[in-house]
Amino acid sequence: MVLVFVETENCKVRKAALEAVYYGYLTAQKLGTSCQALLLGNAEDATALGLYGATLVHQSDSISFNFFDNQVYSAAIAQAAKKLEASVVILSHSSNGKSLIGNIAYLLDSGSVSAAVDIPETDKGFSVRKGVYSSKALVNIEINTAIKLVSVLGNSLQISVVGSNAEVQPIALDVLQPGIKVLSVDKLQSNVTPLPEAERVVSGGRGLKGPENWGIVEELADVLHATTACSRPVSDADWRPHHEHVGQTGIAIRPNLYIAIGISGAIQHLAGVNNSKTIVVINKDPEAPFFKSANYGVVGDLFDVVPKLTAAIKNLNA
Amino acid sequence: MKLLVCISKTPDTTAKIAFNGDNTKLETAGITFIMNPYDEWYALVKAIEIQEKWGGSVSVLHVGPSENDSIIRKALAIGATDAYRIDTEAVSADQVAFQMASFIQQHVFDIIFTGKETIDYNGAEVGGRMAAQLNFPFISFASHLDIVTENEAIVKRDMEGGTETIQVNTPFVISAAKGMAEQRIPNMKGIMTAKSKPLNVVSPQEYSPKISIVSHELPPAKKAVQYIDPENMAELARLLREEAKVI
Repeated sequence: MVLVFVETENCKVRKAALEAVYYGYLTAQKLGTSCQALLLGNAEDATALGLYGATLVHQSDSISFNFFDNQVYSAAIAQAAKKLEASVVILSHSSNGKSLIGNIAYLLDSGSVSAAVDIPETDKGFSVRKGVYSSKALVNIEINTAIKLVSVLGNSLQISVVGSNAEVQPIALDVLQPGIKVLSVDKLQSNVTPLPEAERVVSGGRGLKGPENWGIVEELADVLHATTACSRPVSDADWRPHHEHVGQTGIAIRPNLYIAIGISGAIQHLAGVNNSKTIVVINKDPEAPFFKSANYGVVGDLFDVVPKLTAAIKNLNA
Repeated sequence: MKLLVCISKTPDTTAKIAFNGDNTKLETAGITFIMNPYDEWYALVKAIEIQEKWGGSVSVLHVGPSENDSIIRKALAIGATDAYRIDTEAVSADQVAFQMASFIQQHVFDIIFTGKETIDYNGAEVGGRMAAQLNFPFISFASHLDIVTENEAIVKRDMEGGTETIQVNTPFVISAAKGMAEQRIPNMKGIMTAKSKPLNVVSPQEYSPKISIVSHELPPAKKAVQYIDPENMAELARLLREEAKVI
């Protein structure tokens, strides 16, 4: 059986978790087994996990799950995997998923691959493909253990409906007491899609000249229902909040559309965005290295080009 | 406080990546190897800052052969007190974590630092694996760390669209991200004293890795960029909808 750990936020299943379930479903199909989901805490839309391939949702609720404690979550997931005799465990490659994978792998004595970009190859053995060297190459890794653990990179596959609502069933787990105390959680407003899950991202760099000019970035993001991001110099100068910084030292993203405005495209920036499916680069410098990685390039003054693009998309939507 | 920083060797960020004949190994000719930047800039420097304020020591731990000693000496030159090298080739995250945690189990440390991930395999697995073997709390992607008392710390952790503030007691494992500290360049005095600081060689434990590399590949070449007239943004909008199908 393939067991998928489902992440939630504000009592709702996260988009990354739907992708993980669908990835688990495709893996289970290949292995001729079923895909089931594990929910720690509560989600009002848990039955909908069935739509993306979970035949059953196991739920355990405890106040210990109210905040993220790596040890508490890892122990619960490993315990559920053992109890349900899972042969494959799937996580989302989110900030929590990245924290969990090593810990769960140790508890299950399993080999693990993080940030998988494809469904495992199961013809002989179980090999998983992921990006390496900051997305400059790919590697196929064979997992040699009885239980396999994989985390799925966001936006790696297009989910589709393959089933109907699933039953949610309680599972009894011995839940640990938290060893850490979460004092506060500071998040942006919940109607903005977080960057790693965003399908469209509009990103600004030093070419914008100052934080007061971000209006044109936000207006374009608005018409595209996109999330805003920025380059490192911009977050270092505090023009934009740190969590918007994409690139090697910031976060790596993989949206369907990445629009880079006034960003030259240093190798450290590319490392975080190179996997985007479509890249648009707007820059007045025709020599900007980013154009080499772009699908569409516009050489021009961003203060002129960006409002025109916003208007053109509004027109298209009208 | 007794602090431990786990360091890894990686190709330089700007290295051109190629593989050997059967695509199982990185072609190392012409590649400069460096200390993994997150280990160096954030984990190591933060540990040194804490030691400067609270006293104690900063030890460095590395899994690799003697040819990697230059990277360990750099950590000593930046300001670490002493170093341990587990004398075996690093082959996988599970093997490195096992070797390191087995070493740590025989010593006493208050805080164990790693970088948020290595820039070669980008796995971010070693910290969590070590924490599980040690049964210590693990806080990942920490952007701030304040020591409150010798056995209590406040940590800020990056997450999707925000940060979490966490209180944790020592001992714990922490992976360091941007914000923790600023890069330090070793000075001449540091480089000179590094030569006489202890670099202890430790024998590895028996272990068989839980994964193996089948093959590497380079991503398919990208099509040449299509330039759009800056006066014709309607055309770009149309292409994004009809050709790229992303809006």
